[in-house]
Amino acid sequence: MISEQLVDLSRLQFAVTALYHFLFVPLTLGMVWLLVIMESVYVMTGKTVYQDMTRFWGKLFGINFALGVTTGITLEFQFGTNWAYYSHYVGDIFGAPLAIEGLMAFFLESTFIGLFFFGWDRLSKPKHLMVTLLMAVGTNLSALWILIANGWMQNPVGAEFNYTTMRMELVNFWALLFNPDAQVKFVHTVSAGYLTGAMFVLSISAWYLLKGRDVEFAKRSFRIAAAFGLASACSVIVLGDESGYTVGEAQQTKMAIIEAMWQTEPAPASFNVIAWPDEARAKNDWAVSIPWVLGLIGTRSISREIPGIFEIKAKNRTRIVSGIDAVNALEALRTNPSNGAAKEVFERHKADLGFGLLLKKYVVEMNQVTPGIIERAVSDTVPRVAPMFWSFRIMVGLGFAMLLLFALSFLSTVKINCRQKPWLLKWALWMLPAPWIACELGWFVAEYGRQPWTIYGVLPTHLSVSTLSVNTLYGSLAGFIGFYTVLLIVEMYLMVKFARLGPGSLGTGRYAGEVSHPDSAHA
Amino acid sequence: MFDYATFKLIWWLLIGVLLVGFAIMDGHDMGVGTLLPFVGRNDLERRVVINTVGPHWDGNQVWFITGGGAIFAAWPLVYATAFSGFYWAMMAVLWALFFRPVGFDYRSKIHNATWRSTWDWGLFVGGAVPPLIFGVAFGNLLQGVPFQFDDYMVSTYTGTFWQLLNPFALLAGAVSSAMITMHGGAYLAHRSEGAIQARAIRGAVGAALIMVLAFVAAGFWIQNIAGYRITSPIDPAGLSNPMSKSVVREAGAWMANYGRQPLLWLLPALGVTAALLSAGLLLARRTLTGFVASSLALVGVIGTAGVSMFPFIMPSSTVPAASLTVWDAVSSHLTLGIMFWVTMIFMPLIVIYTSWAYRVMRGKVTVAQIQANEHNAY
Ligand code: HDD
Ligand code: HEM
Ligand code: HEM
Repeated sequence: MISEQLVDLSRLQFAVTALYHFLFVPLTLGMVWLLVIMESVYVMTGKTVYQDMTRFWGKLFGINFALGVTTGITLEFQFGTNWAYYSHYVGDIFGAPLAIEGLMAFFLESTFIGLFFFGWDRLSKPKHLMVTLLMAVGTNLSALWILIANGWMQNPVGAEFNYTTMRMELVNFWALLFNPDAQVKFVHTVSAGYLTGAMFVLSISAWYLLKGRDVEFAKRSFRIAAAFGLASACSVIVLGDESGYTVGEAQQTKMAIIEAMWQTEPAPASFNVIAWPDEARAKNDWAVSIPWVLGLIGTRSISREIPGIFEIKAKNRTRIVSGIDAVNALEALRTNPSNGAAKEVFERHKADLGFGLLLKKYVVEMNQVTPGIIERAVSDTVPRVAPMFWSFRIMVGLGFAMLLLFALSFLSTVKINCRQKPWLLKWALWMLPAPWIACELGWFVAEYGRQPWTIYGVLPTHLSVSTLSVNTLYGSLAGFIGFYTVLLIVEMYLMVKFARLGPGSLGTGRYAGEVSHPDSAHA
Repeated sequence: MFDYATFKLIWWLLIGVLLVGFAIMDGHDMGVGTLLPFVGRNDLERRVVINTVGPHWDGNQVWFITGGGAIFAAWPLVYATAFSGFYWAMMAVLWALFFRPVGFDYRSKIHNATWRSTWDWGLFVGGAVPPLIFGVAFGNLLQGVPFQFDDYMVSTYTGTFWQLLNPFALLAGAVSSAMITMHGGAYLAHRSEGAIQARAIRGAVGAALIMVLAFVAAGFWIQNIAGYRITSPIDPAGLSNPMSKSVVREAGAWMANYGRQPLLWLLPALGVTAALLSAGLLLARRTLTGFVASSLALVGVIGTAGVSMFPFIMPSSTVPAASLTVWDAVSSHLTLGIMFWVTMIFMPLIVIYTSWAYRVMRGKVTVAQIQANEHNAY
């Protein structure tokens, strides 16, 4: 049997490397559009300050992009190195969007980012703008394809199990492509990225304004960031709500956990704004709730019920019992593919195969299964409530806080009085980490909330790993943590350094504190 | 459109094309990285070297990423078995690659000799280690890899990391390293001038000679190595299940395809002659044709490895019957078909805009340019 420690370490390694990748991804996704906007203004008005803005923010963008690429490579290969069985079992479906992402998106963004930095003197203004635009399209397409892959893990549509090849196989590409889960994920995640880019530019510009340096440059940057950020904050919230809207079973389970809804309530359910979930006793010690709201958000109706945790578990119990038959029949078919009786049983129960496989965490043969083991498997099907409940609330809280900030910032730029409001500028500065925290927590909600599955209802996480030794995992995990820590320190150092230098680092002679600072001269 | 068997064959070719594309494109900037500490004697010279690939290395690296993605999509069992089996080798490749994006982008942002020379060595590691490891991996594929499957098709690798470093594999690693160094030298010769160019040419010519010697030696050696042969009838259109065949190991089996199809000898011949030709052209300062010849040498060498093993992709030394082949370690018909069309549409587009990017940035990179262009240069 697969060691639980191996599974935990593999999960930890994936979580560390993916969360780390996503420190850089959202900034790339958002900043690239701000660069497009700034450069468009430059091309339309011909004002040099907009070119300087594109180049200065582009420099910070480049520092971030480098680590986005570095950490992305790890993930591209990690499915093979650490999730070998997963890769075999679903590669027929899952590999396709990953390969398409390379062909359609990575080539585009990575080829044009070179020209973005090196092409200023070699391309006409419109051509350079086109390069920037193609780079932006590339980054956003990459998000689309990876989220199609990721959406399929939450809601595995368009695929069927084949017992001869012992894996899932694609039967409907369009279902994979137009998976509703992938669509809402895409819009929510890229909006989160836009918000991150806007926050970054807003905060640093606010800092220049507080210091009273490079005011013309900073005011313009602040204005663009405020407008872009306001739109993004609205869309992240509206589309986050769309994420909450029930699609697929994974989402139903997540909804119940996020809301700490133990029992199914009569429709329309009330919304727990805040509560104290008590895992052991499976109830909330106390809760502040608003009647009706959850029912409205979750079902868009006042009459449909949202299942609570107990009801979900009860349903999963029947599926696990049915899954036992599926596993037995599958094993019979693997030894003798022409066993007609086994085939017939398998066809009847194959929808629950994944639930039967959940038991493989505890037993080798299905005849070792006891009612106690079934109970353990049932309780595995629902992740712990408290971490989900709180992570989600912090993400949403930060979302509304940023909405307010961007709304006020936008108003102040309309009234052209942002410099008279140091409290607003300070607030903007201190909110800098907020979108990153929200993004990381969002991924935690999405991925931890999918447990115990890698492919919801199809493939349990503990079966998905590569058969490596625990020591191997300790070794590679230590390597990743070591490398990533050093890289992060280097990146932060450069980021802070160049943010402090400001547009003076371009060496144009137009900005504060430059003249001949030896470090300022390089792109 | 095409039947399943045809798609399986097409995908063997397409993966080959992607690997060759990777070697030609990412290979030349890895070769430049390998040569960097030796051809650039001071900071300015090193910046010249780095800026010959500065605008392009990122796009080129995507050949590697897409190669990984395409193997995942077309040969999922190979992706799973090879990358988990060669775990530490993969980690070494990944960690070496970490040095490149940061090395290129961050190196010249700070004016400090230690900082810069640290990243120069980082770029060297990022350029030299991956081709070496890929060569060693190919050397191991040719000998078979110790892995097996259970009833659920869970693969287990039973070897160790050190086992990968056997003499034949190291020779294959030398072929690969020398080949990529030659290729990088040829590219650098084309994009630089003066002393840097002269050193690049010397490096490329030396590497070409080493490559030819090592490649020919490996060619003799391989005739005594136990290759693999399928002994049961093959159903090319069958469902993808590697457990339904029988396989034997026998010395010289990797030469069998050449016996059946003598035209295949053109590939190793191309590997040798194009490398020598490239060396000659470079010495005559015909740098562009020298680069083209060196690219053809890569086609020859990589093609030789591919056709020698065909239809095997990853033979198993412990349970030969579990070996992965182009017929039984592949995706479903539908997936192969979709991915074929996606590749047919996007590959030409990629070639077009990549060529445009090189055109925009064409010409020699010179010391004077770097001095005048402090702001944009790496
Ligand atoms: C929502 C967006 C998103 C998500 C969920 C992921 N990525 Fe990513 N990735 C990007 C968005 C992105 C990007 C915006 O395109 C990046 C980030 C910064 C950058 O430089 O490009 C990138 C870079 C990037 C690269 C380098 C590409 C290059 O050289 O241009 C690779 C190989 C991956 N990613 C692979 C992955 C894998 C295998 C993921 C899943 C586990 C993943 N990414 C999650
Ligand atoms: C970059 C954004 C992402 C972040 C921050 C992220 C975060 C996480 C986290 C926190 C875990 C651990 C969950 C747990 O074990 O409790 C995890 C697991 C995993 N994620 Fe993601 N994820 C991201 C994107 C993706 C994508 C796009 C895919 C697939 C295309 C993916 C596939 C997986 C897999 C296979 C696991 C391991 C199995 C598991 O624990 O479920 N992740 N991820
Ligand atoms: C009112 C505001 C918000 C709501 C209602 C909301 C809702 C959600 C929900 C339900 C999920 C889980 C989706 C799943 O499990 O598949 C999620 C995930 C996520 N959220 Fe939010 N969110 C909000 C604000 C934000 C903010 C402000 C950010 C960041 C700036 C953010 C970033 C993310 C990310 C990166 C994910 C993971 C990707 C995904 O699954 O879509 N969210 N959000």
